[in-house]
Amino acid sequence: MLISDLSLDEIFQRLKRSELRFQAGIYTICVYSPYKVVAEGLKNLYQDYHLVDLDTFCDFYLAVKSPGLVRRWFRPQVVFSHDGFSPFKPLPADHAFALFEWAFNWCVGNHAHNFLLLHAAVVEKNGKALVLPAPPGSGKSTLSASLVAHGWRLLSDELTIIDPDTLLAVPFPRPVSLKNYSIDVISVRFPDMYIGRKSYDTTKGTVAHMRAPTDSVFRGSERVPIRWIVFPKYEAGSETKFETKEKGQTLIETIENSFNYDLLGRVGFDVLTQVIQDANCYRFQYSNIDEALQLFDSIAEGEQ
Amino acid sequence: MKACLLQKVLIAPETAITLSATEWDLLIRQARHAFLLARLSYLIDKVGITEQLSEAVQRHLRSGKVLSNKQKTAVKWETECIKKALVTTNIKPVFLKGGAYVYQDLPPMHGRIFSDVDIMVRKKDLELAERALILNGWIRKALTKYDQTYYREWMHELPPLISRKRQTVLDLHHTILPPTARITVNTEKLFENARECDGAYILAPIDMVLHSATHLFCDGELEHGMRDLVDLDALFRHFGQQETGFWRNLIERAGEVGLTLPLFYAVHFSKRLLETPIPDDVVNKLPVMSPLKKKGMDFLLSRALLPDHVSCEDRFTDLARWVLYVRSHYLRMPFYLLVPHLIRKAWKRRFDSEKDTAQ
Repeated sequence: MLISDLSLDEIFQRLKRSELRFQAGIYTICVYSPYKVVAEGLKNLYQDYHLVDLDTFCDFYLAVKSPGLVRRWFRPQVVFSHDGFSPFKPLPADHAFALFEWAFNWCVGNHAHNFLLLHAAVVEKNGKALVLPAPPGSGKSTLSASLVAHGWRLLSDELTIIDPDTLLAVPFPRPVSLKNYSIDVISVRFPDMYIGRKSYDTTKGTVAHMRAPTDSVFRGSERVPIRWIVFPKYEAGSETKFETKEKGQTLIETIENSFNYDLLGRVGFDVLTQVIQDANCYRFQYSNIDEALQLFDSIAEGEQ
Repeated sequence: MKACLLQKVLIAPETAITLSATEWDLLIRQARHAFLLARLSYLIDKVGITEQLSEAVQRHLRSGKVLSNKQKTAVKWETECIKKALVTTNIKPVFLKGGAYVYQDLPPMHGRIFSDVDIMVRKKDLELAERALILNGWIRKALTKYDQTYYREWMHELPPLISRKRQTVLDLHHTILPPTARITVNTEKLFENARECDGAYILAPIDMVLHSATHLFCDGELEHGMRDLVDLDALFRHFGQQETGFWRNLIERAGEVGLTLPLFYAVHFSKRLLETPIPDDVVNKLPVMSPLKKKGMDFLLSRALLPDHVSCEDRFTDLARWVLYVRSHYLRMPFYLLVPHLIRKAWKRRFDSEKDTAQ
């Protein structure tokens, strides 16, 4: 059964009883929330995700709730807790759904040290993964959202999960987070893609989420080898530039963009050097999305 | 009081093979909250059933293991850095608790999660040691004047030091209980018997157990309660086998340094909650407590020591934790110091949390 098989009210009732459990990639999550916006967000952005039975193993217990009685009514706020533990300070209640998205990422980022975790988008074509590591502001989300809207399979727009035993990228398909201008860029260029409601004035500015394509959600258990590591940089008005990046430099910058490289110790080093050894590494500057898409398509075709 | 699944598996890890998916779900959650996920992972590995578990369970156990392996390496490195920082002063620190377990490869080390490193030096060396650490890259945590005074005048340790480079926390002790505490410890005797090992000291086995017991049952930090009890259980099992005359010496020593009461609690609760194999005559040789007091402490500690997870709580758990919190302060300081301190703390907490939420 999929989330789309439930009505908004059914989703909301389950949320209020802590009985909404679904699967994203390999992870199963149980959500509690008394907020209707969370139910709406799930209804609109998670329609293709599989519901799971209450007697299955659940990886995370996530609640988006009010921090106390007062804040339920007076300048309402929300707080996220993972199985009773709240790592962050409360946010305004309008941000409830955006908070849910961050919270889900937080859960994986803090409990998946069995994997090497990179702060990078990862998409796939023809059975090969393209990793896009980049610090915030580099235009990584816009590029990965465009690639996905253009037909590349989404593994994740935020977390590249690498299995140290097989060196394969593990999918964690979720709605793609878009910020500020990129919301309009994507909605104009890809009018068929569904984008959820905007949250204004968050710490990251205005945030909205693009629904992951059905195919990406359904293929959430297909792991893929990493073929390309590309560091994107959006530069307004610039030419499209694509050049080989030295492997040593790639290693250093990938480490800077990792969540738990330091925790994995020797394993982290061995895994990352091997992944980079096996991949083609580039730096990429762009301003024109269509040229970018054409370029990545031709690279993927060239591999055939 | 609810039965806690984690407790059962810690006692008999091999039984984990029979757990259902929902039981594993609960077990992992309890273990996370008790800071014992990595310990669980170690125990499950040791009985050799890891590979028969579901992939989902295995990945959480492995994640816990990765974190604790990293911490073990980091603590080991930290002990080396501390020794090096103190080398010009000729002060050889005594590593306490977690730091000592790692320094000496003692069994509680496996799958342990650390929050800081604790060392102890003689009171006369305290100032010099602190200065040497600060010269070598540690900084004082920014504290109010009141907090500084609280530590320096009344406590058994200085305000925490933080390594600028590694962001690790170091507690510098000169004894193991506050000088203002109701129990007086003969610290010099602890130093006399400490064992030297490669440029530093660790407490003698019996003293190590007594310190662990004192920390858990007199210091009031019950948020790591179950983990600390697991430490004690591992120490009892290990030294009980390795050291000849361990139990007899332990009881004698407790009397000598003034720590019979915490030892009683350690023996009683380790046996009761984790089924530690402690010879019966040990319990009988410890002083008899009034049955009413024993009942009371049983009521409180058998709740407060369980993981801080909703599945291990009953309607008395919050009360028990609160009573023990007050008790720990009562044991720490005489009333004329305690009352103003608690009022100040409560006020500050309220005031600060209001400030946090105001946007």
